[in-house]
Amino acid sequence: MTDTTTNAPADRARTTELTPIGRFLKATEIDTRMLGMVGALLLIWIGLQVISSLRLGVNPFEFDSRTFLTFRNLWNLSVQASAVAIMATGMVLVIVMRNIDLSVGSAEGLIGMVMGFAQVHFLVRTVGLELGNPWIWALALAIGIALGLVIGALQGFVIAYMEVPAFIVTLGGLLIWRGAAWWVTSGQTIAPLDATFQLMGGGPQGAIGATWSWIVGLVACLAVVLALLNGRQQRKRFKFPLRPLWAEAFLGAVTCGVILGAIWIANSYPWPIGIVRRYAEANGITIPEGGLFIAHGIAIPVLIAVAVGIVMTFVTNRTRFGRYVFAIGGNPEAANLAGINTRWITMKVFMIMGVLAAISAAVSSARLNSATNSLGTLDELLVIAAAVIGGTSLAGGAGTVAGAMLGALLMQSLQSGMVLLNIDTPLQNIVVGLVLVVAVWLDTLYRKRV
Amino acid sequence: MEQTRIPLVDLKNISIAFGGIRAVDDASVDLYPGEVVALLGHNGAGKSTLIKILSGAYKRDSGAIFVRGEEAQISNPRDAKKYGIETIYQTLALADNVDAAANLFLGREIMTAYGTLDDVAMEAEARKVMGRLNPRFQRFKEPVSKLSGGQRQSVAIARAILFNARILIMDEPTAALGPQETAQVGELVKQLKADGIGIFLISHDIHDVFDLADRVCVMKNGQVVGTARTQDVTKDEVLGMIILGKCPPGAIPGPGAMQIAA
Repeated sequence: MTDTTTNAPADRARTTELTPIGRFLKATEIDTRMLGMVGALLLIWIGLQVISSLRLGVNPFEFDSRTFLTFRNLWNLSVQASAVAIMATGMVLVIVMRNIDLSVGSAEGLIGMVMGFAQVHFLVRTVGLELGNPWIWALALAIGIALGLVIGALQGFVIAYMEVPAFIVTLGGLLIWRGAAWWVTSGQTIAPLDATFQLMGGGPQGAIGATWSWIVGLVACLAVVLALLNGRQQRKRFKFPLRPLWAEAFLGAVTCGVILGAIWIANSYPWPIGIVRRYAEANGITIPEGGLFIAHGIAIPVLIAVAVGIVMTFVTNRTRFGRYVFAIGGNPEAANLAGINTRWITMKVFMIMGVLAAISAAVSSARLNSATNSLGTLDELLVIAAAVIGGTSLAGGAGTVAGAMLGALLMQSLQSGMVLLNIDTPLQNIVVGLVLVVAVWLDTLYRKRV
Repeated sequence: MEQTRIPLVDLKNISIAFGGIRAVDDASVDLYPGEVVALLGHNGAGKSTLIKILSGAYKRDSGAIFVRGEEAQISNPRDAKKYGIETIYQTLALADNVDAAANLFLGREIMTAYGTLDDVAMEAEARKVMGRLNPRFQRFKEPVSKLSGGQRQSVAIARAILFNARILIMDEPTAALGPQETAQVGELVKQLKADGIGIFLISHDIHDVFDLADRVCVMKNGQVVGTARTQDVTKDEVLGMIILGKCPPGAIPGPGAMQIAA
């Protein structure tokens, strides 16, 4: 073969003339799909704001405290979406590998019950820790995560090594773990939970306050800038084409703007008056005229969800394991012939899913301050819907963690918006069902065009 | 080829059956360094199955595989790769949803010092290898499902040579390609041959491979009809072997050769 590299024309179809928007998207390398999702989310938010304002007869842009777009509602939305968002990050991997996990809601229920039982009964009565011992929450969480790992490993083993279809194994799991959740206490609800454990569920105590929120936000912004700089450095090292500087600056500014905006919202939602009064009494503070403003800041469950999202994004994009998951999803036979141990990877994906179900169980039982055997009922469907709305292809091989988390936020926005509008539960279900189908239909259209 | 040299690969009396069907029956074939052996036969003659045993995709029922004179234990694709056996499959075993670099390094990714994927280094390496094979190839960022047949084939071949294969198996390497791309693959085969790599070319079309091969080995109904040096036989004689199982005088007959009555 002769070396004719120098002036050889590029081997591709002629590029079409780009519109200004097209050029902008190309320069910034923004995923248009993701952009569409953000657009849909904003549309839903604005729509709910307008409808909720019209029902009250107020101007939608005056942000009345009873409408959708309020600091309180957005803060609550973020907390409510956390549990589903955490599990959706794992469901992405499961679906990318052409599998499905129908058991996550039931697993969440069982793990929630076991953690509740551990912190209220087992660790106190059998192990003999004092009530309120700071180790209780950590031990209870560790027990829950271990149980999630075992549940995931068990299901993963049957799917990967015994070759029973994932649909069937996890459908069995759906029934088995829900039944097992009942057996933990013969159906009795466990409440209240350990005080430290409760922090994982949010609420005034379970948020990190204004100062820490700003610190977290600034650190995140710094990380964004460093990541952009590092990416540029790497491309330079191998002389790859670079993004124009203005595009890099634009990306950095928008990302930091979104982060700081979210923190501003969290910091604008004050503690309720009753809690402020109790807090002031306990700390000997006199409440000034006009009330004391203590901000919630970012809720701990939201921090947990974001941390899970970052870790899972790292795992899918930057590790060998993540690469293999996608390769197996794209062509299982090719992955096997390339020497990838597809069975072990499958089992590991289900183990991760189990651990995430445990984290979700901790967050949602802490939020309710009780463990009931119906915890997480139907969550499997919300989780799958979030992943699919977020662009995970059921045919396998495609999906992003960030998309799934956005999908979870979108579903939660719809649901809590409809609660705000006093829409009956049956109609809520109808709307959610329709949105799921329409979202996937739009996605199919999008994939055909690109 | 002098017979005193040790063959790179020696498949001896390989058999495998699926259900009641003997897909490969007592087949033997060998390959020397820098040699191209074409495995010919109709669809279903057992060529692909035989070669999948060598590449570890199937497990043989009986027989032995020797690599450089030593018996090799090959029971999965990972084992085969340890012996330097690389395969380019007919179905182009590529993961369609990831880009060329990810496919080239699938199973043997370059990692950074922190144990994460070094995508930039992999892409740089991929650009180097692809530049040698197919200088016009530029689409490094797109999933391979968006590439043309020839481009996909170049990725598959690049994948094999990237890992210093000593033994290369090409299953219908040109079946999906246009004339220009076929010629490119021919050039590539000669280049690899000069590097001392042994190549098995599998095809059901004699015209694809006759000019490239040093020897042909013809299979029919799972058995070897015969083996011959290409200079000792004509294309028509080889066609006779493929269609009728008739072994010409220039060839060494195998167990599958038609028994000519007296």
